Amino acid sequence: MVDLIKRAKELIESSSVKVVIGYEQGTGNKTRALFVENSEDADKLIFDSRCIQNLAAYITKKEIKEKGKMAVAATLPVMRSIIQLASEFQVTDANILVLGITPESKLIEFGNLAEVEKFVHQYEIEIDVRNKEMLDKLEKMTQPERWQFWIDELAPCFKCYACRAACPMCYCSRCTVDFNQPQWIPVPSTELGNLEWHIMRAIHLTGRCIDCDACYNACPLSIPINLLTKRMLLDAKEHFGGYQPALKGEHLMSTYKPDDKENFIQ
Amino acid sequence: MIDNLYMPYLMRIERITYEAPGVKTFMLKFVNDADQEKFSYKAGQFGEYSVYGVGESTFCIASPPTRKGYIECTFRQTGKVTNALSGCEEGSIIGFRGPYGNVFPIDEWKGKSLLFIAGGIALPPMRCVIWNALDLRENFKDITIIYGARTVKDLVYKEELKDWELRKDVRLVTTVDPGGESPDWKGEVGFVPTIVEKIAPSSKDTIAIVCGPPVMIKYTFPVLAKLGFTDEMIYTTLENRMKCGFGKCGRCNVGKVYVCKDGPVFTAAQLKELPDEY
Amino acid sequence: MNIDKRLVRKDSLEKLFDILKQNSKKIYAPSEKNGKITFRDAENFKGISTGYIQTTQSSKDITFPRAEKILDYSKSKEGMSVKGIDLKEIPEIILWGVRPCDANGIGELSSIFNWDYKDEIYNNRLSKVTVFGFSCNKSDEYCFCTSVGGNPGNTLGSDILFTRMGDDGDYLAEILTEKGNVIVSIAPQLFEKSENSEKEKYLAEVPVRFNHEEIKNKLDKFFESKEWIEQSLRCLGCGACAYVCPTCACFDIQDEAHGKKGSRVRCWDSCGFSHFTIHTSGHNPRDAQSQRWRQRIMHKFSYMPERLSVYGCTGCGRCSRACPVDMNILENLISIQEVTI
Repeated sequence: MVDLIKRAKELIESSSVKVVIGYEQGTGNKTRALFVENSEDADKLIFDSRCIQNLAAYITKKEIKEKGKMAVAATLPVMRSIIQLASEFQVTDANILVLGITPESKLIEFGNLAEVEKFVHQYEIEIDVRNKEMLDKLEKMTQPERWQFWIDELAPCFKCYACRAACPMCYCSRCTVDFNQPQWIPVPSTELGNLEWHIMRAIHLTGRCIDCDACYNACPLSIPINLLTKRMLLDAKEHFGGYQPALKGEHLMSTYKPDDKENFIQ
Repeated sequence: MIDNLYMPYLMRIERITYEAPGVKTFMLKFVNDADQEKFSYKAGQFGEYSVYGVGESTFCIASPPTRKGYIECTFRQTGKVTNALSGCEEGSIIGFRGPYGNVFPIDEWKGKSLLFIAGGIALPPMRCVIWNALDLRENFKDITIIYGARTVKDLVYKEELKDWELRKDVRLVTTVDPGGESPDWKGEVGFVPTIVEKIAPSSKDTIAIVCGPPVMIKYTFPVLAKLGFTDEMIYTTLENRMKCGFGKCGRCNVGKVYVCKDGPVFTAAQLKELPDEY
Repeated sequence: MNIDKRLVRKDSLEKLFDILKQNSKKIYAPSEKNGKITFRDAENFKGISTGYIQTTQSSKDITFPRAEKILDYSKSKEGMSVKGIDLKEIPEIILWGVRPCDANGIGELSSIFNWDYKDEIYNNRLSKVTVFGFSCNKSDEYCFCTSVGGNPGNTLGSDILFTRMGDDGDYLAEILTEKGNVIVSIAPQLFEKSENSEKEKYLAEVPVRFNHEEIKNKLDKFFESKEWIEQSLRCLGCGACAYVCPTCACFDIQDEAHGKKGSRVRCWDSCGFSHFTIHTSGHNPRDAQSQRWRQRIMHKFSYMPERLSVYGCTGCGRCSRACPVDMNILENLISIQEVTI
């Protein structure tokens, strides 16, 4: 990514941004986030198919925010996350510059978030074939079978909360599980408590999750928790119209409409 | 039966005293006499108090070891457990495990004067030492207590404050933060460090015991230094978050020092050696 | 002391498993789910994973379960009744397939649970575990046991250590403890006299990457270093590293109420979580991720050696493999060694 390195250097040298967030070669065959604050470090920037961590998770991180304006090397899922974060007032044009990386791995710099939004809207959020099959399989199960599937899958979860930490949308400074008055979700890892946590998380992300799989990729036990958010994404699509993060969009699940067909909220 | 470190004593709440808004004192007695017999502690130590079904919370033992047969604790209603404790009535059974931590070296202070400086809800850890010293009054020279709270309402142990005020062998100075005074307030108005500077107690042969929020401690130490107190003459307690109380749960350490085992009592000299992690 | 060394033929391992099962022994062995290998109650020999460098999770769950009841209570008209857990109900377990670094970790974990106050719940669980260590004949770039005093054929912590002699070879079994002898006595025919007792040539080569004493000494003066901030920038503050670690022992104590009765539970916690040390007042002594990352390294390489005379790291490399953002402890330790104060 020669273009990216060059542009990162310019941005840092001209003090247009304080930090450029991108990827570098990690240990083993891993790649990882790189925070470029001086132009020499920009040479470490890379981009290839292994770069799948959703860097938008760093945008709301206190230690990064404190640095000042940032530029983010953003793949399509990262761009979607940025738009969703902007719609939730977590980021604005004043503190972010998006260095887009197109699905064809081309660098495209956006002047503002509105341009990012326009770009993002060219692409529908599609669930990949393998996961689609898995969702269909789950759909065909009887309710008790499905219950057992999730009990078994979530039993190993030891609640390290890597799923939450890696998710750009899980930016709450104090998550529901960290509250104890009342204690909605039990602190210890228990069969039912694990289920409660993951269901609660999926519901909180409905209409916000942009299907980047960061949660699944982060899970040290490879529990397919992204199936929950994918299911919710499909359901939201089916029942509440299509979903695309939008700067001034109505929040799919949390915007009250007087003509809502449900009457529990009136 | 092998001892289970986590097994609390069953305690009955004998008496509840309302101290200040949200602040209560429990007098606790052991449900089982055998527990009472083997239990002993010293001033400065703390314990884990629990409401079954809700959880445990850490605070000091606020009554002096010179008073036998019961322990007292004073807490402010802030978190899950203290809220549940606050909902308990006289006669309720709660859990207590302890005592944990080190102690104020009262024996070493024999023959010296004592200066107590406390702010807000930090009087309870000190109250244990104050009564301990008052119960052994002949062992010490002058005893001075400087106690400040945000407002008059927030002063705890109001009955005891009256008692100390009347005693000829104690000098009590109470103060409230500017704006916290009531129309009939006769004490001082000002932050604790300012009042210490104003009162200017002598440092000669004196031990200063300072308990309060970190910011109060931070500003009081230099004042004491100005008055001639060396760091070895100043004692305080730290209150880091903890779960176990015996050096295993991994929360309370300040650098390599564990507040639950090496503390909670530290001299200012020891504190200066510690990293800023409390 | 001379170690009792026996030959266990490659086909005998399955027989040993079956005989132990017939003797009603509970065996926890590594098995795979979703591509990750973890210790689970093993029903049959075929389900046991082989060929792994390291299991995703350590075996500490057996002696220090992620959530463990420490007492039960019940309220009634007659009053309150509280009962500690019945230590007699803790089952005897054979831990099968433990890597030497993990076995070594048992000792480090024990030192935390026996520092001053003795944790009898932990000690009881440990006393009922028989450890079948399996030496490593391969390693990867995340392994660094030799840098923290271990080695791929380390006998420490195992009751029997099996070393495979060659890729498809038989096993050399070192019977190390009384618990190991008990196993041999159950199936003596499978533990044959050993002609060849040299295991070194079959072991993986794990180069020494840093000097742990040098690191420890350096850390004494490293608390305020900017290095912590640089290292931890990409850390997301999850607990993956702590939960896969064989020696991380931080825990929480929580009550679980069900109507008038319930239990008190000790459960894993992690120093990486932002609310781990927060006071009720809202004040947090470790407010930044760099402070929490510092705590993790300092605890393992400075505080534990100083206070408990053991290191809190066995070089298993799990934390680095499990980290979703490639926080690599080995890389970070090397850079601490290299950076000038």
